[in-house]
Amino acid sequence: MLSMTTVSNEPIIEVRDVVKRFGEVEVLKSLSMSIARGEAVCIVGPSGSGKSTLLRCINGLIPITSGSIRVQGREVNDPKLDVLALRRKVGMVFQQYNLFPHKTAIENIAMAPLIVLKQDRTEVIERAHRLLAKVRLTGKENAYPGELSGGQQQRVAIARSLAMNPDIMLFDEVTAALDPETKKEVLVTIRELVDDGMTCVLVTHEMRFAREVARRIYFTDGGVIVEDGPPDLFFDHPRKARTREFLEQVL
Amino acid sequence: MQSGLSRISLAGVLFGVMALLLTLAHSALASASTESSAFEELVRWGPLIFKGFLFNLLVATLAMALGTLAGAFLGIGQLSPARPVALGCDWTTQFFRNAPWLVVLFYCIFLIPYEVHLGSVTIPFPAWMKAVIGLALPVMANVSEIVRGAVVSIPTGQWESAASLCFNRRQTLWRIILPQCIKRMLPPWMNLYAILTTASPLISIVGVQDGMTQTRAALTATNRPDLMLPFYLYLLLLFFLYCYPIARATRALEARFAVKG
Repeated sequence: MLSMTTVSNEPIIEVRDVVKRFGEVEVLKSLSMSIARGEAVCIVGPSGSGKSTLLRCINGLIPITSGSIRVQGREVNDPKLDVLALRRKVGMVFQQYNLFPHKTAIENIAMAPLIVLKQDRTEVIERAHRLLAKVRLTGKENAYPGELSGGQQQRVAIARSLAMNPDIMLFDEVTAALDPETKKEVLVTIRELVDDGMTCVLVTHEMRFAREVARRIYFTDGGVIVEDGPPDLFFDHPRKARTREFLEQVL
Repeated sequence: MQSGLSRISLAGVLFGVMALLLTLAHSALASASTESSAFEELVRWGPLIFKGFLFNLLVATLAMALGTLAGAFLGIGQLSPARPVALGCDWTTQFFRNAPWLVVLFYCIFLIPYEVHLGSVTIPFPAWMKAVIGLALPVMANVSEIVRGAVVSIPTGQWESAASLCFNRRQTLWRIILPQCIKRMLPPWMNLYAILTTASPLISIVGVQDGMTQTRAALTATNRPDLMLPFYLYLLLLFFLYCYPIARATRALEARFAVKG
């Protein structure tokens, strides 16, 4: 597949001083990051450090308390924001797959383009078949999610997101619920996406994968970014004591 | 397991039939020889009582249909993001769910006029229609709760993934959430129908020709106290034969869905 976008310096996602509070609990405390078009970044950090919350703020699933998130120039914190238009360009894959259990694999993929985008049926079905082939699941068209393994379900979920033709893909610990073998299938699929030039933001605990695939690693703890940098520098020469402590535990 | 279930149900039916026969035999022995036997009387009056019983089924089924339709909207309304709508639906649900059916029925008899004029059109409200409405109200409230319960039992991940795929609230509800709810709603809904059917003799107070009214009429006509037990037992058996399979099917569905999750 042709590389559709080249890496440029113009940020596709710009996070500025974002604060998110759930009642009294401050989950994100003035967090900033900038992601370039076609770039893959990994967010790592201990549980409860606000990683998943940050992802959900980027596509407007959760409103932010203060600060600014600009996605392709759209301000997420704008009350007049057309949130559906924002999400159209931002795909998201979840830890628990969240496939629609009453629909087959092919229907799961075709549903949003048909119902939301109201695209032509033959064209959508054809694209759905192509996407299923892309995630190496040809032959599983008519399988229901309950009949698929975790790794297969997750790849259908990736294909389902891609069916909307997003410019950005968010991955929220997508391999956390998988066994090592099926994990690999999913990581290979994501890797191919990154190689295709898709902007990817991955929250992950897979340190080796993060090192291989990411252009930049962000380490979050307690709602702030403790440290960030290119993978080699981040893993081999962490500057902060907290980062070293974390890496010692997970590596 | 299947044969075990049918054996139990067979035993239930046999028990009922035997009880009926025993009662008939007992009253036959007790009655004077000049009088006809209880069995003969049952053959004579049975069809009338049976017709009344069919009327119970008709009213219960109509009330179920009406209550389900209204209850579905009320249940979805309870989950509306518009607060006044949600509150209104919640209160309506709670009110009718916690009201005794008989009292609601009384209210309907006295509150609903026997006919309504809409311009030049006159819509009559005969007693049976009032009975249907009176029973449909509590059904509506119960269905409302069944719908609400089923919707909130769907994992939030389904809403999240639908939102991330740009489905709006309405599309999410109708295309993704509610289709998954049907399976969960079916057993409690069938259970409600069985309860409604067994409660339907309440409508005899409206003065319609239901099974209860007809049984009483038959007893008055024969003027024989010894027929009371066999006649009521006959009516009881009719209800049992209709409701028992529903109860069994409900349990079977529950067991099947419980495994699949």
